[in-house]
Amino acid sequence: MGQSTNSDANIRELIAFRVGRQEFCINIMAVHEIRGWTAATALPRSPHYVRGVINLRGAVLPIVELAARLGLPSNEPSARSVIIVVQIAHQQIGLLVDAVSDILTASDANIQPTPDVSSDLVKTFVMGLLPVDGRMISLISLDHVLPQGEMEAA
Amino acid sequence: MDPMAAIRETFFQECEEQLAELEAGLILMESGAAEAETVNAVFRAVHSIKGGAGIFALDALVRFAHVFETALDQVRSGTLATGPGVMNLLLRAADVLADLVRAARDNGVVDETRTAALVVEFTQISNLGHELPPAPKSQPTVCAPVPTWHISFTPTPALYAKANETALLLRELRRLGPIEAVVDTTHLPELSEMDPEGAYLTWNITLEADCAEQAIRNVFEFVEDDCDLEITAAPPAEPSLKPGDIITGDNGFSFEFFPPPVFDEEEPPAVPEPEHHAPPPSPVVRQSPVEAMAAKAESAAAVSATIRVDLDRVDRMIDLVGELVINEATLSQRVLEAGIARASGVAMALEELEHLTREIQDSVMAIRAQPVRSVFQRMPRLVREVAAQTGKQARLVTEGESTEVDKTVIERIADPLTHMIRNAIDHGLESPEKRLAAGKPAEGLVRLTALHRSGRIVLEVSDDGAGINRARVKEKALENGLISPDATLTDDEIDNLIFLPGFSTASTVSDISGRGVGMDVVRQSVAALGGRIAISSRPGHGSSFTLSLPLTLAVLDGMVISARGHTLIIPLGAIVETLKPKAADVFPLDGEINVIRLRGGYVPMVDVAASLGYSDEFVELDQSVALLVEGEGGVRAVLLADAIHGQRQVVIKSLEANYRAVPGIAAATVMGDGRVALILDVDVVVKTTRSELNRPEPSVLEAH
Repeated sequence: MGQSTNSDANIRELIAFRVGRQEFCINIMAVHEIRGWTAATALPRSPHYVRGVINLRGAVLPIVELAARLGLPSNEPSARSVIIVVQIAHQQIGLLVDAVSDILTASDANIQPTPDVSSDLVKTFVMGLLPVDGRMISLISLDHVLPQGEMEAA
Repeated sequence: MDPMAAIRETFFQECEEQLAELEAGLILMESGAAEAETVNAVFRAVHSIKGGAGIFALDALVRFAHVFETALDQVRSGTLATGPGVMNLLLRAADVLADLVRAARDNGVVDETRTAALVVEFTQISNLGHELPPAPKSQPTVCAPVPTWHISFTPTPALYAKANETALLLRELRRLGPIEAVVDTTHLPELSEMDPEGAYLTWNITLEADCAEQAIRNVFEFVEDDCDLEITAAPPAEPSLKPGDIITGDNGFSFEFFPPPVFDEEEPPAVPEPEHHAPPPSPVVRQSPVEAMAAKAESAAAVSATIRVDLDRVDRMIDLVGELVINEATLSQRVLEAGIARASGVAMALEELEHLTREIQDSVMAIRAQPVRSVFQRMPRLVREVAAQTGKQARLVTEGESTEVDKTVIERIADPLTHMIRNAIDHGLESPEKRLAAGKPAEGLVRLTALHRSGRIVLEVSDDGAGINRARVKEKALENGLISPDATLTDDEIDNLIFLPGFSTASTVSDISGRGVGMDVVRQSVAALGGRIAISSRPGHGSSFTLSLPLTLAVLDGMVISARGHTLIIPLGAIVETLKPKAADVFPLDGEINVIRLRGGYVPMVDVAASLGYSDEFVELDQSVALLVEGEGGVRAVLLADAIHGQRQVVIKSLEANYRAVPGIAAATVMGDGRVALILDVDVVVKTTRSELNRPEPSVLEAH
């Protein structure tokens, strides 16, 4: 993971993970660490996809259940679920996913454009599609994972 | 940051400390409680500022500090009596010095005329201090003869080892007057025999300056132990002159004529001072006067050893120690779970570890604790200025300056205190005439006190003015539509009207020049710190404002409760009492709100879990515990929870850092088992009985 790909801006390393039956990937530079699932403390009046907060070495880390956030059927997290700690702007959050599956190297040329569908979720999160060994992995953007400023109606 | 900018920043930080010391010392002198060391400390403060300013070529600052220092030196040597007039001048000079320092720091501008006026006053006062006859009084002016000094300066290797630099000393010396420096290289050995870290040079310096020998010595103050220094007044150019002759315009005119040697630069050389306590006559002073040495030794003892540490580092350490405490607790729990006996070696060692970690935590917290002195010290100046602006006479008395409180709290109480003191003088105190007419001394008294009370710091600002004019307050509240005309209010309620937003004329905290700064702003900023403000007033006897604040913003004393399986912390400060509710005391007020009868009154009840949306069902009364809490503005409610698990000190963790603010939750913390627990925002939860925050049908509340 240490090899930097800065020399060629078009090549990037991505971390792929599984949510339900789908595979997604994000830029590995945004990932701080990967940890096992621990029970989260529920937050009152939070969006349904925020599972709560956990203690990450003294910092309070909100956990977003990615399946729920992406509108996929959500499962109760198991001992095999994984939290990917990512940095989004100046905040750190944990993404609850089913499993980390792969580390990929991809250039811009590998990434296929997202078909123009009228799904807001797809438009908000999916930046491109990556074919790997006959699988399709969606490259997602993390910018909108947490609700931005907007307060959910209490 | 480039190194020079960093040094410059340190210099200005030190300046602030020196200014604080200066002000404190002057106030001590004013009160008559000053000892010789106080005067020395005051002198040193100005001298250090001057020295540092010289390095950064801040000429305006150097010039003023020099004049100031000269006057203080006269005070120190006893030639200038510290009457009220002089003390007033010195205090104002301290203000101007502070302005100059800040202007230099921020590249701002200062009121030149004010500075110049003070310099003139200093000149007059230093002359008066000598009680001179009129004729010689005109002598020590710029056109007086300029004496010449010969200085022989031989640094030892130690001087260079301490990173001192001859060139800087010479530059400093040049500030006193024109110098001519000649290096004497006669002791310079052959290159082959030379010790690279040795010192072989002597400088012979001729200085033309109308200054005291002490002023020259001050230049070398920091190196005087590491060099051979000889300072001699130049031999007289006209040896035929007799002592007592008054000569003008002669360069050779010197102290040689008029022993004892003069240690005071303002002193006219022409008239020997009968009351001057100089050491025995000796034109060549090889060592600095004994008393100067003594003062130096004293100062070394008085200055406590401190280090300057970045606040971030301390905070990081506090975070880590908090983690250590949690880890230790987790480990203890695991050990117990593993079935290891309490009396075993492992458990005993763990217990030791626990004591140790608690002690570390306390010590680390103590690093952030600072006496409120730093804030209190800014207030005398404020009082002087506001009093001058309003034409009132006011005296500030402070108590409990050494009361310690967390640094973040200190930083944030300065503004509210400033406004309260400003208000106390502007609105509290009467004009001198009115005071005299009321049989009070013309000078009003503003008292600022700090003390620890039940885990909080209590700050009180009181005045002996007229008290709150309740008729006028009520009238103004009516005018602004804050109360209805037929409202009957108790005195307390009227007093508290001044905290209402919209009551005052100014609106922002930054508006320091405006009058009648909004007390609602003060209350808001105090509430933001988790504090409360109360007022009490007696007509004709004055008013007092009491602030009660938590000692730290990082740690909170809380009650651990559980509600529907969720662990929550309720700040202990908000809890009035805990009770066991009886069904017979509970009455439904409407479909949603129940009230409980409590000592004759009715208090609304809030189910904590329901108010946070954890559950739709209300807790069974006989299965629950109740806590009477008091929110902002004294609003009370009874919180219902499943169980109370005891009291605990928790480290406050922000939710906003990685998430966002959550209504009803003030912050989070990490419990002993490593899990996050939420800290209840009592104010918001209490308000759920008064607002629609968690209630879909607001119409129900109208009935309430």
